[in-house]
Amino acid sequence: MTRIVVDPVTRIEGHLRIEAVVEGGKITDAFSAGTMVRGIEKILKGRDPRDAWAFVERVCGVCTTVHALASVRTVEDAIGISVPKNAELVRNLMFCTQFIQDHVIHFYHLHALDWVDVVSALSADPEETSKIARTLSNWPKTSPGYFSDLQKRLKAFVDSGQLGIFANGYWGHPAFKLPKEVNLIGVAHYLEALEWQKEVVKIHTIFGGKNPHPNYLVGGVPCSFNLEEVNAINTEKLNFVAKLINDAVDFVEKVYIPDLMAIAGFYKDWAAIGGGLSNYLAYGDLPTKGYAYPEYFKFQRGAILDRDLTRVYDVNGKDENEIKEYIAHSWYKYEGGDTVGLHPWKGETEFNFTGPQPPYEQLNVEGKYSWLKTPRWKDNPMEVGPLARLLVGYGKGNAEIKEVVDEALKKLDVPVTALFSTLGRTAARGLETRLIARWIQEFFKELQDNLKSGEMKTHNGEKWDPSTWPAECEGVGLSEAPRGALAHWIKIKDKKIENYQLVVPSTWNASPRDVNGKRSAYEEALIGTPVAKEGEPLEIIRTIHSFDPCLACAVHLYDPDGKHIHQVTVN
Amino acid sequence: MEKNVPSIWKAMEAKGYSRREFMYFCGVAVAAAGIQSSAFGQVVEAFEKKARPPVVWLHFQECTCCSESFIRSSHPIVADIIFDTLSLDYTETLQAASGAQAEKCLQDTMKNNKGKYILLVEGSVPMLNGGSCCTIGGRSALEILKEAAADAAAVIAWGSCASHGCIQAAKPNPTGATPIHELVNRPVINVPGCPPIAEVMTGVVTHVLLYGKIPELDSQGRPKEFYSRRVHDTCYRRPYYDAGLFVESWDDDAARKGYCLYKMGCRGPVTYNACSVTKWNGNLSYPIQSGHGCIGCSEAEFWDNGPFYQHLSSFPGFGIESTADTIGATAAGVTVGAVALHAISSNIRKRKIIQGNMEESVSPNKPDHEIVEEVPENGGDQS
Repeated sequence: MTRIVVDPVTRIEGHLRIEAVVEGGKITDAFSAGTMVRGIEKILKGRDPRDAWAFVERVCGVCTTVHALASVRTVEDAIGISVPKNAELVRNLMFCTQFIQDHVIHFYHLHALDWVDVVSALSADPEETSKIARTLSNWPKTSPGYFSDLQKRLKAFVDSGQLGIFANGYWGHPAFKLPKEVNLIGVAHYLEALEWQKEVVKIHTIFGGKNPHPNYLVGGVPCSFNLEEVNAINTEKLNFVAKLINDAVDFVEKVYIPDLMAIAGFYKDWAAIGGGLSNYLAYGDLPTKGYAYPEYFKFQRGAILDRDLTRVYDVNGKDENEIKEYIAHSWYKYEGGDTVGLHPWKGETEFNFTGPQPPYEQLNVEGKYSWLKTPRWKDNPMEVGPLARLLVGYGKGNAEIKEVVDEALKKLDVPVTALFSTLGRTAARGLETRLIARWIQEFFKELQDNLKSGEMKTHNGEKWDPSTWPAECEGVGLSEAPRGALAHWIKIKDKKIENYQLVVPSTWNASPRDVNGKRSAYEEALIGTPVAKEGEPLEIIRTIHSFDPCLACAVHLYDPDGKHIHQVTVN
Repeated sequence: MEKNVPSIWKAMEAKGYSRREFMYFCGVAVAAAGIQSSAFGQVVEAFEKKARPPVVWLHFQECTCCSESFIRSSHPIVADIIFDTLSLDYTETLQAASGAQAEKCLQDTMKNNKGKYILLVEGSVPMLNGGSCCTIGGRSALEILKEAAADAAAVIAWGSCASHGCIQAAKPNPTGATPIHELVNRPVINVPGCPPIAEVMTGVVTHVLLYGKIPELDSQGRPKEFYSRRVHDTCYRRPYYDAGLFVESWDDDAARKGYCLYKMGCRGPVTYNACSVTKWNGNLSYPIQSGHGCIGCSEAEFWDNGPFYQHLSSFPGFGIESTADTIGATAAGVTVGAVALHAISSNIRKRKIIQGNMEESVSPNKPDHEIVEEVPENGGDQS
């Protein structure tokens, strides 16, 4: 029995801690704990609802924009505002931009070093690397000289003795399976993606003024179109957007997807590891006929239970019996006690830290052990994220989704059940990026057609003035973040925020057990994950990273009785 | 340690700097970082031997928007920074190692580079409940910060969280979120903004490393190089303000012509930042240019400075010669309803002439923008 202390897990956003049990080289139990809290829901109380988007956008700077979008929708839903078509299209363009950039960053900069051995790339043959790269796609940067120069730069870096971000990595670990030439391609594209990602976000800068944290607006979008004016979004700016979209499509189709498929081919064993929960939830997004008509969303809404893809259940954010948050193992207290679940409209945010005072060695997982609440859909634990979105679309018979999923399964020669895994989660993220790269072109074309017809409007100001609002109202904004289903709930009273609650993707996935002792997605997915080398948690972070956590993690392994029999220190 | 990559001294020597100038560089670095003169020898040795200065990047209460902004830098690009400029030895966002291996990176860097590493801090530190609101590896943010700051050559506070506390410090500040400079007993370079502009972040770092001195700071610890001008002073829409030409409602005709956003709540007149000059994402745009007012995200307590869509009341020191130190953050008062009463009288006379020219150039046959006649010719409340 071994206890390994891994703290923190890096290449994620935020602060999270996981304690897990290892027996016979496999994880048999796990506990997930969020270790940072800011109390933004408490800060929102009493504020102007029109300001809320800016506050909640600061929940996350990695999936920047998604909280702002959910927030303006929530307020518009409460007050009864529908946005002009151009505003819907600009929001969709920004949504697609965010997903493409975020998924590429996740694959190369947060997840790739779990699969790509950087040190092995040092001994790759540049000629051979070039040959392989040219079989993957017609991306131009594939000459032997290009890979040779890159390798020299990498070698000089390693020879300097200062390994920077690559220091103490798990290089040479037996779970790395890629040929050294593929590792070199991975390193090359790590650097290319790092340079490219700062370009695609310029779509946010054009429409929202900056990135991270571009500007949003209740009732529409803040930018204006004027094709006869240098001082607004004009032809030049739209041409720039068009170029950025084309470059993004190129990068996704010629770099990201070929790399994903090539790497997945060497790690098919991970299609049987890390499956976790068998329930999936997606709120859907990318409206085409307005937010009020989810049946026309590009990403569809629904829930799947027990991996039964033949049945997709309806989901209603306003039904107080569907989504509830529990705090049995969370550092909060409810007026009604620790066993009740509250719909977010009735949600309470009262801190109740009962954990050990820092510095501490381990948490009391029998009691409360996380700053995350535990959300449930009809009392079921649900996984959210790219895999959930694709499965809901697949289950509903969405032709576009079926096409890209089936093509990938055929290429990898694996059955559809391979999706329920660590590898499936990582592949789903890439596959939906392909779809989004198609959709962003459709949305841009539609925007151009609108402008061509003289439709310039970007804002509906009818209910901008708070004096037009009802004395009391409530709303919900359902959306999708790159990491999964995202929703905000608001109650407005006397023009001010009376209550504001967020249930974010990582709350679904990373939350502690519920009141019935049922595990959430991270905890469940770690069960059965192999640990080949004591003290090097490579396999654990592979599965955790496959969720694209929005939290910095700590992973603790200890024996079932909670006794620390042996602590491994890795030098 | 003499390997393929040149040390700072070798690099300076190659560029024609004398040994004397190199020693001066080290001296300034020591003085600027506020470290004791007895550590001077260590700094010289560090810059002589270490190819790239070691850097530790800590995360506390934040949203990682500062890290995200940093990797958006257009000049220099972040790959060149990581490979050539500095040695990013600990960064939870990008480093390959996790857990014990990551902790070892941090401990080794601090142990082997006492007084020589640069500490970058993203996020505020929660002081309530014994630090339980932010722990990493079971240790409180405060404990980690104090340990890392003790032997750092310089401390840089990234963004408004580390500089001012930002959103989690907004009322009622439920976790006691506290900025870095209040917790470490040494000078801190504040680089506020939510997030700061990418090129400002890389600019501050390269200023220290390449020019051998930290940039001159104002009384709030902000580099004057980037924070000495109000967004309003350098805004390309300033002529419309001077001419009294304002956006009155979202996406109105004035908005489609890019007039001033002052009446829509723009905080440009009380916000010190480089947005309207350096702009964002490779000099492309900034909030005002894309139609939304500045929300003042680089100013202390901007979240509690009144609702974003109420416009500012008059404030003193209106000339563009003013700096943050002569006006201070207290100028950011908000008055409800006093829409027309603001300080533009000195330019009122010019307004009709400017507007005439603008309308002529924009729409020769139809001067369709109504002049703001309610602004008195003698200037309302102008002081």
